[in-house]
Amino acid sequence: MSPEQRAANAALMKRLGVVVLAMFGFGFALVPFYEKICEVTGIRNIDGPASRPLASTQVDASRKVRIELDANVRAMAWTFRPAQPVIDVHPGQLGQVTYEVVNTTDRPVTGQAIPSYAPQEAAQYFRKLDCFCFATQTLQPGERREMPVVFVIDPSVPADLPAIALSYTFFEVEGGKLAAAPSASREKP
Amino acid sequence: MSSIPHDRAAAGHGTHDDHAHHPTGLMRWVTTTNHKDIGTMYLWFSFTMFMVGGVMALTIRAELFQPGLQVVHPEFFNQMTTLHGLIMVFGAIMPAAVGFANWMIPLLIGAPDMAFARMNNWSFWLLPPAAILLVTSLFVPGGAASAGWTLYPPLTIQQGMGMDLAIFAVHIMGASSIMGSINIITTILNMRAPGMTLMKMPLFCWTWLITAYLLIAVMPVLAGAVTMLLTDRHFGTSFFNAAGGGDPVLFQHIFWFFGHPEVYIIILPAFGIVSQIIPTFARKPLFGYASMVYATAGIAILSFIVWAHHMFTVGMPVAGVLFFMYATMLIAVPTGVKIFNWLATMWRGAMTFEAPMMFAVGFLFLFTMGGFTGLVLAIAPIDMQLHDTYYVVAHFHYVMVAGSLFAFFGGVYYWLPKWTGTMYDERIAQIHFWTSLVFFNVAFFPQHFLGLAGMPRRIPDYAQQFADWNMVSSIGAFGFGLSQLLVLYAVVKCIRGDGAKAPAKPWEGGDTLEWTVPSPAPYHTFETPPVVR
Repeated sequence: MSPEQRAANAALMKRLGVVVLAMFGFGFALVPFYEKICEVTGIRNIDGPASRPLASTQVDASRKVRIELDANVRAMAWTFRPAQPVIDVHPGQLGQVTYEVVNTTDRPVTGQAIPSYAPQEAAQYFRKLDCFCFATQTLQPGERREMPVVFVIDPSVPADLPAIALSYTFFEVEGGKLAAAPSASREKP
Repeated sequence: MSSIPHDRAAAGHGTHDDHAHHPTGLMRWVTTTNHKDIGTMYLWFSFTMFMVGGVMALTIRAELFQPGLQVVHPEFFNQMTTLHGLIMVFGAIMPAAVGFANWMIPLLIGAPDMAFARMNNWSFWLLPPAAILLVTSLFVPGGAASAGWTLYPPLTIQQGMGMDLAIFAVHIMGASSIMGSINIITTILNMRAPGMTLMKMPLFCWTWLITAYLLIAVMPVLAGAVTMLLTDRHFGTSFFNAAGGGDPVLFQHIFWFFGHPEVYIIILPAFGIVSQIIPTFARKPLFGYASMVYATAGIAILSFIVWAHHMFTVGMPVAGVLFFMYATMLIAVPTGVKIFNWLATMWRGAMTFEAPMMFAVGFLFLFTMGGFTGLVLAIAPIDMQLHDTYYVVAHFHYVMVAGSLFAFFGGVYYWLPKWTGTMYDERIAQIHFWTSLVFFNVAFFPQHFLGLAGMPRRIPDYAQQFADWNMVSSIGAFGFGLSQLLVLYAVVKCIRGDGAKAPAKPWEGGDTLEWTVPSPAPYHTFETPPVVR
C-alpha cells in the first residue's frame, strides 16, 4: 500500500470515527428529546400538576365518576393506604383524597410515589392540582404522615368511563439519587 | 455489475508462492491480517454460532412439541428464546455477512486486501470472547438473560448477572461490527482498482457499502442503549427505571431506532449476494443496475423513520401510529423494485439451476412471502391484534432464515469453488436445498396459523387448540436443523479436495473480477491492480 493510500485511508477512518462517536452521543440525546416530545404532546404528563387549562370548568352534575384508590409499596417497610377506598365525584368538581403513610423502620427513609391509572387512557382526564407524588417524601423513624391528592376530573371525560382506578406505588430513593434522574415533570414543585 | 471487460493479464497470476512468510498452525489464524483468512474465520465462527443458536431453537421447539411443560423449565425456556435471538442475529447472520465481505469485496473490486488489515484481525477476534460471554452466562447464578433478545426493561433491570454478561457481549460485538464497517467503507471507497467506478461495482459491494453505513449509524446507538441499561442496573441512574423517574418505553424507542435499520443490515448483504448469483445463472446482466443501487439506498434511508412500528401497542398518538404505518408501507416500494429487477433479470435468461441459483430462487420466493406478511403487520390495527403472536415469529423467520440464510447458503455454494479450488458436490447441495426448503416451510408456515389463532410468542406452554400445528412446526424445525449438517458435509468435502478440480471460472455466466484469479484464490491477489475498462 502506498503512503498516499495509507494517508487517505487513515483520514477516512477518522471521519467515520467521528460519525460513530456522534451516533453514540445521539443515542443519549434521544433521552431529553423523548422527554421533550412527551412533554409537548402531553403523552406522559400523567403525574405532574395539571399544566393545560381545562377545556371547560363547568361541573357536570348529571353524572359521577367513581375513583377507586389503591396503594402499594415496593420492597419498603412502609405502610401506605388510602383513607377511603372509593370516592365518587362529578366531572369538573374539585375532589380531595387522603393517603396515610407510616415509616415502620428505625431509620429515615425517602420514597417516591409513582402513579398509574386503569384504564390507561383515563390518565389524560385526571388533572391533579396537588399530590404527594410531585416530590419525594422523607419520613423519620416511626413517622406517620397524611398526604392529600387534590384533583379534578376533566368534564370532557367520556361517558363510557364510569370508573377510574388510581394506584400509587412507593419506591425507595436511595442516597437521593433520584435528584439526578432524567425526570419529565415529576420533580417540578 | 455485469459485463466488465477485464484485463486478464493484470489479474495477478504467479508470484504467490509466499506461504512461507506467515506463521503456520494456530498462530497463522491468530495473527493473520489476510482478508481471505479472516473471511474464512468469520464464516466458520458464524457457522458454529448457527449450530449453537440452532440447538437452542430446537430446545424451544422440543418444549413446544406438545402442550404442557415436558422438556425444560419455563425460566430456561425464556433463556433459550433470548439467547437464540441474540446468537443468531449477532453471532450467526451478521458475522456471516462480514465473512462474505472480507472474502469477496477485495476480490470483487480488485483490491489487494482490506484497507486496515490489522484492525480486521482485531474485529474478528473480538467475536469469540463475546460468544463465550453469551454462552457461559447460562451457567452463572440466575442463568442467562431471559428478557427476550430485545432486552426490554423493566425485566432487564431486574435480572441477575447473566444480563450483565449479555450487555458486555453486545458491547463487544457492536465494537467488532463498527470496526468491520469502517474497514469495509474505506476499502470500497479508497481501494478500488483503476477504472472500477462506483457505478461499475458489483452490487454486492454496493449493498455492503450501504449496510456498513447503517452499521456505523446505529450500532453506537445500541451501545448507548445497553450502556444506559447497565448504569440503571448498577450505578443508580434511572433512564428506564420508572421508580426513579425514567421510562421503560424510552428504551424501546432507542432500541428500535437501532433495531429497524438492523433488519436491513441483516438482509442487504443477502440482497447483494442474490444480485451476484441471479445474473450469473440467468446469463444476463443484472436488470436495472442503477435502480438496484438507488433502491438499496432508499431502503436504508427509510429504515431510520419506521422504528415505532415495532411498538404500536405501547401507546402513542394516532398521528404517530399513522406516520409509522405509512412510512413502513413505503419501504415495500424500493423492495418491490429489487424483487422485480431480479425477476426481470431471469426473464428469458438462459437459466440453469445449480445449487446457488436454487437458493437464490428459493430466497426470492420465500423472502417475498415474508415481505408480504411484513406489509400485513405494518397495518396498525392488524398489528395490534397480531403483536407478539407467532405470526410475527413466522414473518421474521421468513425474511431472516429463508431470506438472509438462504442467500448466504447460495453464496457459499457460489464461491466455494473459488475458496477451496474444488467443486462442491452438486447432489448433496441439491438435497440440502430441497430439505431446507421443505422443512423450513413445514416449520414456519404453520406458525402463521398459530399466530392468527392467537398463540403468543415466548411462552413455553399453550392452549390445547394450538397442539396440532405446533407438533407439525416442531417436526419441521428438527428436519431443518438436521438438514444443515449437509452443508457442513459439502463444505468439508470441498476443503478436503474431494471433488472435481474447480477452474478459475466455474460458472459460465460469471463475469466479475473474482473469476479472473485462479481457484483456489491465491493467498495474495491483485497486488498489481487489474484494469477495469
